[in-house]
Amino acid sequence: MAKSLTFMWVRCVVISLVKLSLVAAALLVGTSAFAQQKYPGIGRAATPAEIKAWDIDVRPDFKGLPPGSGSVQTGQQIWEAKCESCHGTFGESNEVFTPIAGGTNKKDMETGRVASLKRPDFPQRSTLMKLSQMSSLWDYINRAMPWNAPKSLTTDEVYAVTAYILNLGDIVPSDFVLSDKNIAEVQSRLPNRNGLVTFMPMWDIRGKGDVTNVACMVNCATEVTLSSTMPDHARNAHGNIAEQNRLVGAVRGADTTKPPPPAMASTREVPMAAPAPVKAVTAAELARKSTCVACHVANRKLVGPSYADIAKKYAGDSLAVAKLMDKVKKGGSGVWGVIPMPPHLDMSDADIKMLVEWSLQGGK
Amino acid sequence: MAEQPSSGRITKAPENFLSPEMIADVQRGRRDFLRGAFAGALTGAGAVVASGAAAQTPLLGDPNILELPEHTKGLGQPVAATPYGMPSKYEKNLQRRESPGLTRVSASSVSFCPLQGLFGIITPSGLHFERHHQGWWDIDPTKHRFMVNGLVKNAKVYTMDDLMRLPSVSRMHFIECGANTGMEWGNVAVPTVQYTHGMLSCCEFTGVPLSVLLEDCGYDKLKGKYLLAEGADGSSMTRSISIERALDDCFVAYAMNGEMLRPENGYPLRLVAPGIQGVSWVKWLRRLEVGDKPYATKDETVHYIDLMPDGTHRQYTSIQECKSVITTPSGGQTLMDKGFYNVSGLAWSGRGKVKRVDVSFDGGRNWRTAKLDSPVLSKCLTRFSIGFNWDGSPAILQSRAIDETGYVQPQMRQLRQVRGTRSIYHNNAIQSWKLDTNGEVSNVHVG
Repeated sequence: MAKSLTFMWVRCVVISLVKLSLVAAALLVGTSAFAQQKYPGIGRAATPAEIKAWDIDVRPDFKGLPPGSGSVQTGQQIWEAKCESCHGTFGESNEVFTPIAGGTNKKDMETGRVASLKRPDFPQRSTLMKLSQMSSLWDYINRAMPWNAPKSLTTDEVYAVTAYILNLGDIVPSDFVLSDKNIAEVQSRLPNRNGLVTFMPMWDIRGKGDVTNVACMVNCATEVTLSSTMPDHARNAHGNIAEQNRLVGAVRGADTTKPPPPAMASTREVPMAAPAPVKAVTAAELARKSTCVACHVANRKLVGPSYADIAKKYAGDSLAVAKLMDKVKKGGSGVWGVIPMPPHLDMSDADIKMLVEWSLQGGK
Repeated sequence: MAEQPSSGRITKAPENFLSPEMIADVQRGRRDFLRGAFAGALTGAGAVVASGAAAQTPLLGDPNILELPEHTKGLGQPVAATPYGMPSKYEKNLQRRESPGLTRVSASSVSFCPLQGLFGIITPSGLHFERHHQGWWDIDPTKHRFMVNGLVKNAKVYTMDDLMRLPSVSRMHFIECGANTGMEWGNVAVPTVQYTHGMLSCCEFTGVPLSVLLEDCGYDKLKGKYLLAEGADGSSMTRSISIERALDDCFVAYAMNGEMLRPENGYPLRLVAPGIQGVSWVKWLRRLEVGDKPYATKDETVHYIDLMPDGTHRQYTSIQECKSVITTPSGGQTLMDKGFYNVSGLAWSGRGKVKRVDVSFDGGRNWRTAKLDSPVLSKCLTRFSIGFNWDGSPAILQSRAIDETGYVQPQMRQLRQVRGTRSIYHNNAIQSWKLDTNGEVSNVHVG
């Protein structure tokens, strides 16, 4: 009994010692791992799922492009539901954003250089005129579109919308199905694929630039001529400049609501504008902030009806406020055309009410 | 209280506004006439003195001095009446503003910094210019995460707590949008320096050098040549940066001008890429990826590319070359009188320090070297100033900066000869302001 007790005690000690040394060894390992890091305790390893969730970029060599496919036909359906309201049916709209399609032709697809880019008189540069990489288009739609619901498209939907855009530029036929398998081949058809050059002097901090001036000090230019001035009619185009300058100091803002004063004979008072008054947020500002103005303007049909048309349609309708508030909140289509208005679930009822009442007064 | 702010301008001593006839009257002893004239001058400056009453009051001086104002005779506001201090109500004219007609969607737009009213080199946080690509957000910093992945030994995730424990730097740098002054390539388009040059700001930023973070993740020193920076907003803005730039002086910043970043400027984390155009200073930064090739993102393939006369676009133009502009006086401003003015402006270079600024008052024929106010820092705004006695004749004011590499800021004509008029980006031309005989200053191009 005594022997066994002693034995047990010895065993206990041995086990304890072993345990201790194990702990010590573990501690040592821990310490050495800590010592290897310059900043122990900062940050942690990213999990594969986390990297997958965020690492969505696609490079020109298509590294990062997920497998999938989508047809022009499917793309058109998605386009009409989610893209057309800003970009127009054929990607031609210049109302909200600059055009997506237009300005390219078959010849450009052969040369890989868009000829219209050389023309100073060409009115607009569309996305397809500039685009040199398929990856840029796919990646951008995938990460940032649609405008008010970025990252809501499935991978196949991104392929489909991309295919539809390519079809708008006659780069692929209307029965085309774009996929990760054939996207490199489509790249070789892009009208402006050879149109971009990496300009190293302005990428490299040690670059010398491409325009040289010399620091002449005396009698430099023989003739000083004015090649451009602000036209008189634009005097007040940026608002009253007097209200955009300080009330004291060496200078004042010119009162651009009035024509320029005569030459200064001697001391003269410069009329001063009061500081801009502090206003409560107006419905017009709210409309701007809430990006309503992307689709609705005062007197002209844009994507949606004008405020004037809304006021006219609902004149005398006592239920108009409630009806329209519901419409703004939940979205809808059919009253003014097929293009749906997106829901605005994040707006407060008070804000929606203010905007609806304002719309019913024609946005005045 | 309906307080009408006056111009704050005091007309000078009586002899300056008396006509010879009036002086003759005074000499004949008609002193009441003089009193009336002085009162009239003061009324013009906003002083409330009825000329009739003045005629009977002996001439004593400026009522702003003689009649003690309320603020001298009463009790003022308590401490912390405004827990977060705001500018004076008289300063409301200086605001960030959109340029009418420039963009059609305000969530993808620009607001310009009011350079015409700023002093020194630091931009007040609330006046820092804005450029958002898909609207701005006020992100909960406890939920914000920052990831480094790609060609690294250990892909890592950092919380704001982690980042704010790491060694930090505080540095003053300018940030300029690549499209600043872009509206002016072809002809004069906008009236004031706010709209010609206001996509420019300069702040002290605090944060963690990318060299620390890349080292901490064990980046691949052989293969790692480029970084992709990516934002956490809807646009998830992406831009490529060379690893060389990244390791040199780029950092992830959480603070600006001594406080945390403002939401419009990327709260709680943005990239600071000194000398490189603003679009690369990715806001609401969520990720850096180390790679071996540039990424040709949308804003490197479709936008922020410079169209050349031959129809090609320059890609990856990033460095903001040496540039300057006179801010006082500048377009849309009026000189109220002849005499002395301290002409002042801003100069900067994405390649280093500003070495010298010259100013011309005759449209570029003759130049004088301006004084540079300290500090003169690398890739930071530098304030310059020079005295000017205006005799009332027309003048054309220009400034021309030279950086430490010897590069001289070019004339508009020289830029157009090489790049045409349609490149939108990287217009660093010498700015011309015409001073007219009426004291008004306007934006002009010199041929």
